[in-house]
Amino acid sequence: MSKNYETVIGLEVHVELATKTKIFCGCTTAFGGAPNTHTCPVCTGMPGSLPVLNKKVVEYAAAVGLATNCKITQKCKFDRKNYFYPDNPQNYQISQLYLPICRDGHVDITLADGSTKQVRIHEIHMEEDAGKLVHDEYDDVSYVDYNRSGVPLIEIVSEPDMRSAEEVIAYLEKLRQTIQYLGASDCKLQEGSMRADVNLSIREVGASEFGTRTEMKNLNSFTAITHAIEGETERQIDLLEAGKEVEQQTRRWDDNNGESYPMRSKEDAHDYRYFPDPDLVPLNISDEWLDEIRSNQPEFKEEKAIRYREEFGIPDYDIGLITDSKKLADIFEEATAECGEPKKVSNWILGETMRILKEKSLDPEDITFSPANLAKLIKLVDGGTINGSVAKEVFANIFDEDVDPEAYVEEHGLKQVNDEGALKACVEKVIADNPQSVLDYKGGKVQAIGYLVGQTMKAMKGKANPGMVNQLLKEMLDK
Amino acid sequence: MANVIDDETIDYVGILAELELSDEEKEQAKGDMSRMLDYIDKLNELDTTGIEPMSHAFAVSNVMREDLVTNGDGSEATLANAPEKTDDTFIVPKTTIS
Repeated sequence: MSKNYETVIGLEVHVELATKTKIFCGCTTAFGGAPNTHTCPVCTGMPGSLPVLNKKVVEYAAAVGLATNCKITQKCKFDRKNYFYPDNPQNYQISQLYLPICRDGHVDITLADGSTKQVRIHEIHMEEDAGKLVHDEYDDVSYVDYNRSGVPLIEIVSEPDMRSAEEVIAYLEKLRQTIQYLGASDCKLQEGSMRADVNLSIREVGASEFGTRTEMKNLNSFTAITHAIEGETERQIDLLEAGKEVEQQTRRWDDNNGESYPMRSKEDAHDYRYFPDPDLVPLNISDEWLDEIRSNQPEFKEEKAIRYREEFGIPDYDIGLITDSKKLADIFEEATAECGEPKKVSNWILGETMRILKEKSLDPEDITFSPANLAKLIKLVDGGTINGSVAKEVFANIFDEDVDPEAYVEEHGLKQVNDEGALKACVEKVIADNPQSVLDYKGGKVQAIGYLVGQTMKAMKGKANPGMVNQLLKEMLDK
Repeated sequence: MANVIDDETIDYVGILAELELSDEEKEQAKGDMSRMLDYIDKLNELDTTGIEPMSHAFAVSNVMREDLVTNGDGSEATLANAPEKTDDTFIVPKTTIS
């Protein structure tokens, strides 16, 4: 590379809203029904049908706008975007071009080096999702399922303010976190409830003009997004270095091959002939309604963090990780309310919970256990009913099946053995069976006691009170 | 007619509308379109300074529904008139954007 280039990135992020029904009809938005069972004349574009706006969609969209510092367009309306494709039964998508519900916002992102950066949001608009096509592998046909047709979306359009994959991921994480806190969407990239299209161009460092950009689609994980940004940056630099030009086009990222392929180029002319949808009357968001939406905004990460510091006195490191996810914060608060042990709850969340999530490749949002059961488990340990290692075993079952720890411990006979007589007998036997370790210990190898503790715990099937075992061993060995 | 629609424009509009027009139909459409544009020009003669654009013919706003499921399984009616279908999906010629 002879010149110094910088990457300029803007994102279009589609988010499926968590409403019960579609944006313009009373069909369910539930995921995974048999094909076309969640359809009606409205969401399949039958002649004569009339769309009626779902109020909740407006509230979610405005709430996301407020949370991202946007101006809310109180007088807004819907427009038709005209194009032909079988996933779009009306031959137009109802969207917002002229008066999108939110404009001119921004979010602050924090980067790995601790620095922060502002990413501006150009606009957020409401629109409907399209149906789903399944292409036959052998025959020249496609199968159409309209269950997703009419599911409400917001599209969040950023300004071209990002300069690296790291900034893009930080921005997406921030959006996801904010929207999850609002409960406006679960934002799962893999399941398509959050989708990001990356607009990317490169230019020489210091240049004031933007280069020609490409738009990349089919990015369904943060890893794919990172790869795609790196791959596309390299491709564009190679073109410029070879004296060629970047063509404005839409490209499809193939994460398996690590390459992007052109989908359509500018010559195909994207002329959508937008016009106001005559089937939908204008929307006036009154000051009162907007105030109501504003007053229903939840406590976000930053405010939560301040409160946790004052209220619970747990370390900032713990606070940062717990408040990253609304789900973890909810579990923390509820479990702490039940058992009154914030630091212990935090340890279970950041320790075992995170470990199991990672092991199973799950997100915090996938957690199904009840905070009350975690609180009970903590009480069982505190009360000496079970020891730490048994607690981990019980927790694995709480995580998987939300078992009641008290009942589980009872049923599986996991109560800690605190009976000094029984423990003493066991320790005596372990000492008799392991003369070498005893000699090592007495010869000054203090850590040999660890092995003897292990043997005792093993003999007691893990249920012995470890503190008492330690104590008894020391007493007998030091005699 | 002040507005003249050339062949290129009518072909382009035909592509966008997914219509195949015969030469005769193209000539007719050209005439129709130029008359429509003339009419728009006529409307543009009106001074609308300071008047807020209307997006709907009725002076009604905020027609909304609550977020409640009111529809059940609509697949039978949805698929009833499908020219080609499987048990639960429409069948269309393979269409991939490439």
